[in-house]
Amino acid sequence: MTAVTTTTGVRPVRRRLNPGRILAWAVMAAIILITLLPFYWILRTALSSNAGLNAHPTDPLPVDLTGSGFARALGLESTKEAIAQGGAGGGLKFWRYLLNSVIVSTMITVCQIFFSSMAAYAFARLRWRGRDKMFGLFLAGLMVPTIFTLLPNFVLIKQLGLVDTLLGIGLPTMFMTPFAVFFLRQFFMNVPREVEEAALLDGAGKVRIFFRVLLPMASTPVLTLAVLTYITSWNDYFWPLMVSYSDSSRVLTVALAIFRAQTPAAGVDWSGLMAATLIAALPMLLLFGFFARRIVSSISFTGIK
Amino acid sequence: MTIASSRPPSRLPLSGAEGAGSTLRTGRAKAREDGGDGRLAAVFIAPALLGFTVFLLWPTLRGIYLSFTRFNLLTPAEWVGLDNYVRMVHDPIFWDSLTVTVEYVLINIGIQTVAALAIAVLLQRLTQSALLRGIVLTPYLMSNVVAGLVWLWILDNQLGIGNQIIGGLGFDRIPFLADETWAIPTIALINVWRHVGYTALLLFAGLQAIPNDMYEAARVDGASEWRMFWRITMPLLRPVLAVVLIMTVIGSFQVFDTVAVTTAGGPANATNVLQYYIYQSAFARFQFGYASAMSVALLVVLSAITVIQYRLTRAGHSDLG
Repeated sequence: MTAVTTTTGVRPVRRRLNPGRILAWAVMAAIILITLLPFYWILRTALSSNAGLNAHPTDPLPVDLTGSGFARALGLESTKEAIAQGGAGGGLKFWRYLLNSVIVSTMITVCQIFFSSMAAYAFARLRWRGRDKMFGLFLAGLMVPTIFTLLPNFVLIKQLGLVDTLLGIGLPTMFMTPFAVFFLRQFFMNVPREVEEAALLDGAGKVRIFFRVLLPMASTPVLTLAVLTYITSWNDYFWPLMVSYSDSSRVLTVALAIFRAQTPAAGVDWSGLMAATLIAALPMLLLFGFFARRIVSSISFTGIK
Repeated sequence: MTIASSRPPSRLPLSGAEGAGSTLRTGRAKAREDGGDGRLAAVFIAPALLGFTVFLLWPTLRGIYLSFTRFNLLTPAEWVGLDNYVRMVHDPIFWDSLTVTVEYVLINIGIQTVAALAIAVLLQRLTQSALLRGIVLTPYLMSNVVAGLVWLWILDNQLGIGNQIIGGLGFDRIPFLADETWAIPTIALINVWRHVGYTALLLFAGLQAIPNDMYEAARVDGASEWRMFWRITMPLLRPVLAVVLIMTVIGSFQVFDTVAVTTAGGPANATNVLQYYIYQSAFARFQFGYASAMSVALLVVLSAITVIQYRLTRAGHSDLG
C-alpha cells in the first residue's frame, strides 16, 4: 500500500450495510449451515425408525420419533427386537467401549501433560549440560510423521505383551509428545525470572517452586493442552485399531467402524449407526462446550509460535 | 527432600561481601546452579526422555531397519537388503496408491486452503464473534470415523439427503463413494469439512497480527475490500499461511481413517491411499518389512515436500518486520 499522508479530522469510515457486506454475510451463513447441518441430520436420523427413514428420506423432522436407535446402539434391545428394527444381531457393548475410551484418554492426557510439563520446565528453567542439544533432538521428533513410528511401535507393544490392552493403546503417547513439551516450554520461558527468585529467597527448592508456583501459573496453557490432548486421543482410530482385538480394549472409534461393518450393505441400520455416532461424539461436544472460549483463543497460540 | 541436596551447603563466604560483590555473587550463584540443577533436571526429564527414546527415536531407527528385512511378526526379521525397495519400485499398486494419495492431497489442500482463508477473512472483517469461531470449529471435535459415517449417510445413493435433493432437482443421483472418479474427491471434501475450521482459526490468528491501522489507512485511500485483501492481507499473512500449508499437507498425506470407514480402499483400488496400502500390507498380509519400506518412502516424500515448500514460500521470513 502507498503511504497515507496524515490527514486530520478524517474519521474511520463507518461500516454500513452495502451489497458487498450482505453478500459476505450470506456466504458466512452458508458456511455455518454446511458446518452444522450434518449434526442436526445425525440427531434427526438417530431419533427415527429405519422403516420411517425408508418411507420419508427427506422429511426434515425425525420420522416415527423413537429411541430405538439409541437402545440398539447401547445394546439395550434384545437381539430379536434389534433385528426386527433393522439392526444387527451382534451384541455391541457400548458402555464398555465408552468406558475404555474414557480410561485411555484420561490416562494419556493426565500422564502426558504431567511428564511433558516437567520436561518443559527442565528445558526452560533448569541449567544442565547438553540441554540445548537434547531440546534440538526433541524438536527433530516433531518432524517424524506419526505413521512412521506406528508399525515399529506395534512390534514393540507386541513384544511387551501389551497387545489388546488399554495400557498398550496409551503407552506410546503417555510420556510425552514433542509438541506438548514444546508448547509448555514456550510458556515457562515467558514467566519472569523474578517470580522464581522471590520464591528461592523464601527458601523454596526448585521442586517446590515448580509444583507450587510455576505449574499453577501455567494453569491456562496446561488446561488448553489437556483438552486438545483429550480430544485427539478420544478421536484416534488408527493406533487403537492396530492394537486392540477384543471388547476388553476396544474404544469407541473402533467400535463404531465395526458397527458399520457389521450391518449388511443392503440395509444399513442408519438409525442405530447415527445414534452410536452421536454417543461417541457427544462427550467431546460437551467438553468443548465447557472450554470453548479458552480453546478457541489458544489455537492462535498453538498455531503460530 | 531434594531441597537439601540440590543446594550447596554454604553461602557464608560471600555474605560478607555485600555491595561491590553483588554482580560477582549472582555470577557465582549461577555457576553453582549449574551443578545443582543437573541432578534435578535428570529426574524431571527422565519420563519424557524415556518416552521419546522408546516410542519415537527407537521406532524411527527400527522402522528403517525393518524396511531392509523380511518380517512377518512370527519369526525373527531376516535381512534381505534392498529387496523391499526393489519390489516397491516394481509394484504397480504402490505407484497407484501414491498417485491416489497425491490426487487426494491436491484436492483436499486446494479446497481447504481457499475455504479456510475465506472463512478466516470473513471472521476478521465481518465480526470478531467468539461464538462464530466456536461454531466453525465444531466439526474438528468429531473423529474422522464419525465424520466419515455421517457423510456416508448423507451421500448414500438411495436414502441420503444429499442424493435425495440432487434427485429432487431433476439431476442424476451421484454414487459419491461407490464410483471410481467420485470417491477420492468425495473423501477429500469430507475431510475438508472436518478440518477447515481448525485451519481457518490458525489463519485467523495470523490475521489478528496485522495491524488494523493498515486497513483503516487503506480505506481512507478508498481501497476496496478486495484490493485490501490482495495488497495487505495476502502479503502479510504469507509466513503464517506457509507454515499452515506445510502442517496441513503433512497431515493430509496421512489420510487413513475416512478411507477405512467409507470405501475401504475401493472401488477397484480407487481410494487405496498409501497409508491404507501400508496398513493392508502389514496387517492383512503380514509383510511388515515391505510395509516399513513404504513408510520410509512416505517419510522421504514428506521430508522433501516440507523442504521444498519451506524454500518456495520463504516460511522463515516475515514481511511484518
